[in-house]
Amino acid sequence: MTRAVRRFGGLAVGCAVFLTVQPLNRLTAQDTTAGKTVYTKWCAGCHGDNGAGDGPGARHMIPPPRDFTGGIYQIRSTPSGQLPTDADLLRSIDEGLFGTAMPGWKSRLSDRQRRDVLAYIKTFSTFFADTTQRPQPIAFGSPPGGGSGAAALKVGRQFYDSIGCRKCHGDQGRGDGPSAPTLKDDAQHPIFAANLHENWRFNGGGTVEDIYHRLRTGLDGTPMPSFSDLIENKFLTDEQLWRVAQYVRSLSPKETPVVRDVVHAPLTKTLPHAPDDSAWTSVDVYWFPLVGQIIRKERWFAPAVAGVWVKAVHTADSIALRVMWDDRSESPDTAWLPFVGRVLNTLESDDSTGEQPASWPDQLTVQFPVSIPSGMERPYFLMGSGSAPVYQWRWSSSARTAPVAGVARGIDRFDPLPGAGPGAQAVYDHGQWRVVFIRALASTDTASQLPFRTGRAIPVAFFAGDGSNGEHGTRMAISTWYFLALDEPVPARVFISPVLAMMLTLGLGMLVVWRAQQKTSYRRQQ
Amino acid sequence: MKGRIFSVVSGMFLLTVCSKGNQSNVQAAPPSSSANEPAPPPAAAPAAPAASSAVSTAGGTITGTIKFTGTAPRNPAIDMSEEAACKAKYPTAPTEENVVAGPANALANVFVYVKSGVPAGQTFTAPTTPVVLDQNGCRYHPHVLGIMVGQPFEIQNSDPLLHNIKAIAKANRPFNVSQPNAGMKTTRTFSAPEVMVNLECNVHGWMHAYAGVRPDPFYAVSKQDGSFTISGLPPGTYTIEAWHEKFGTQTATVTIAGTGTKTANFTFAAH
Repeated sequence: MTRAVRRFGGLAVGCAVFLTVQPLNRLTAQDTTAGKTVYTKWCAGCHGDNGAGDGPGARHMIPPPRDFTGGIYQIRSTPSGQLPTDADLLRSIDEGLFGTAMPGWKSRLSDRQRRDVLAYIKTFSTFFADTTQRPQPIAFGSPPGGGSGAAALKVGRQFYDSIGCRKCHGDQGRGDGPSAPTLKDDAQHPIFAANLHENWRFNGGGTVEDIYHRLRTGLDGTPMPSFSDLIENKFLTDEQLWRVAQYVRSLSPKETPVVRDVVHAPLTKTLPHAPDDSAWTSVDVYWFPLVGQIIRKERWFAPAVAGVWVKAVHTADSIALRVMWDDRSESPDTAWLPFVGRVLNTLESDDSTGEQPASWPDQLTVQFPVSIPSGMERPYFLMGSGSAPVYQWRWSSSARTAPVAGVARGIDRFDPLPGAGPGAQAVYDHGQWRVVFIRALASTDTASQLPFRTGRAIPVAFFAGDGSNGEHGTRMAISTWYFLALDEPVPARVFISPVLAMMLTLGLGMLVVWRAQQKTSYRRQQ
Repeated sequence: MKGRIFSVVSGMFLLTVCSKGNQSNVQAAPPSSSANEPAPPPAAAPAAPAASSAVSTAGGTITGTIKFTGTAPRNPAIDMSEEAACKAKYPTAPTEENVVAGPANALANVFVYVKSGVPAGQTFTAPTTPVVLDQNGCRYHPHVLGIMVGQPFEIQNSDPLLHNIKAIAKANRPFNVSQPNAGMKTTRTFSAPEVMVNLECNVHGWMHAYAGVRPDPFYAVSKQDGSFTISGLPPGTYTIEAWHEKFGTQTATVTIAGTGTKTANFTFAAH
């Protein structure tokens, strides 16, 4: 193997020396045959045999797979309009594009395979063969210090406003700006402005450097422009643009959220009914990712809600559950109707009946079993079955304070329980829903409405739908089962026992010492 | 070699007669040869219709009027409520400019150009005068423009708010740059002929402009009265194409001999 590589290397050097005509191009040209094999096996399913981004999987994705024939790439180190460097392309192949269907291939393909397929991908566009199109990476520099300090973030926020980020990304950065419903990519597909609170889903990576690079290069093929000219036009300084990047980074959590399976609901004296009650700030928050419902027809590969943030508390007789999720539209909203139309046009439906865009509301469902299971057995996570139903709270933005409780026996069968809905309060605030559900722990109808009990792991699952993304019915985002645990009140003996034990130990110890002293003094006297 | 001699000869020919100047609303850069001959200074005028008298032209002229039949579709009103600074520039609610009609069904904003017939070996030097695209009142001015390969394309912002200018192209490299304030300028060039390069602003979804990029100066944009003039054409038989953003394209064949003027009228069907 090494000998082959050495021989190949020798040949390459020979070519370079004797031909002296772009030795690099000649090398990559030799790789494209192997690259094609890799491409056909691993890439063509989405990107298409001819690289036009039209493989069989393409019509199930938003954003759609890259069309290589135009030579237009989002993630680059080069100015807007230039080709990417090989290093740029390799990074996208290696790491994938976060928040999209494009996975990273570093662990699946060898170095050689990835380089070969890179060379092959470049053959789809004539621009790569054009020697006048030499990509020139931007000299980015490094971020100025103090980036997480209040002063730096204030400058960042100031320029976030003045360079117009909020037009698309929104005032609070959740991708809900006034222009967001009109956004299209070059191929007229609908495209979301990134939710800046989810940096782990930024296509080109979520570090301050990544964000700054995207500000400088823009995301070609998308509405995101380059802001490099602003520095040249002296509208802002390089440092100020870095501050924007640092501000944007500060909107997301310090670390990518990690899933913890069990929501702990501590015992409190009073229930916080309002979503923004200050009592919620001291309660632990749990993150649960959601994925598209692709099990039952009609399948949904392009969910808008990426996950839910959950908090819970309980009193001696009631429970309050707060579910919070980012949604760039307060549906139903007619401003988003054309967007819904584009979503439905872009995605191939596996439902025989085609559908017209409509003003659907946003939805959230919290699901429990009808009773706490004694063993590991749980109903089917996707809304139960005929033999093992589930108990659900179905909230909708068109009836914000009146969620419906009911029993589901599969994704297409839901029997509401009239008058049994939990209490609810909801707030929509700059691209985020916060909904508090309240219910008594006890249940009068134990056959279908779960009685909550402390000290037991209660299965819980979440389903969410963004009406302005065309989501309703089976088109939604789903989670698997997680758990909710209502912490038991701590009995008094937990606090008293250690004190008693300590006192007893101390007493015994003192007794031993006293006895020993007695003996010593007795001996001395003798 | 023959082509080279031809272009040198034709270049000299055009230079000698350039003072005769026909009326034209296009800039006519004198052709230069593909040999490394010093290029003659470019014509002074950009594509601005107002500068017609300053244009130096020679050769034949194609002129015509563009009309449409049927009822022109209504241009949708633009909701500028998000942009008070733009809204304030209009006494009444502005509309999009998809179909701009003049009196007697005249059709403006049609890009008319010589699609074929210009000898392949002939090259033309792009004027150094830029073609200006102004963003004013959250609309593009002009809405349709012609520009030569290599000619500076100057994009300026006259609005005190963010515009991004995205060029969607196939033969050219695309670009997408931002101008968050009034007074900002960006200059770009196009490297290959393309009819049309689409320009759009994603902040304001109604903002669209179209640039016809040509390797020669033989193009024009129809005016409010539907008229257009292409001049400076050497003798030959040409295919002329008229492009409209909603009504599609039409072609005509025109033969030019000497310095005469030929008429090519186009009629689109409104649909």
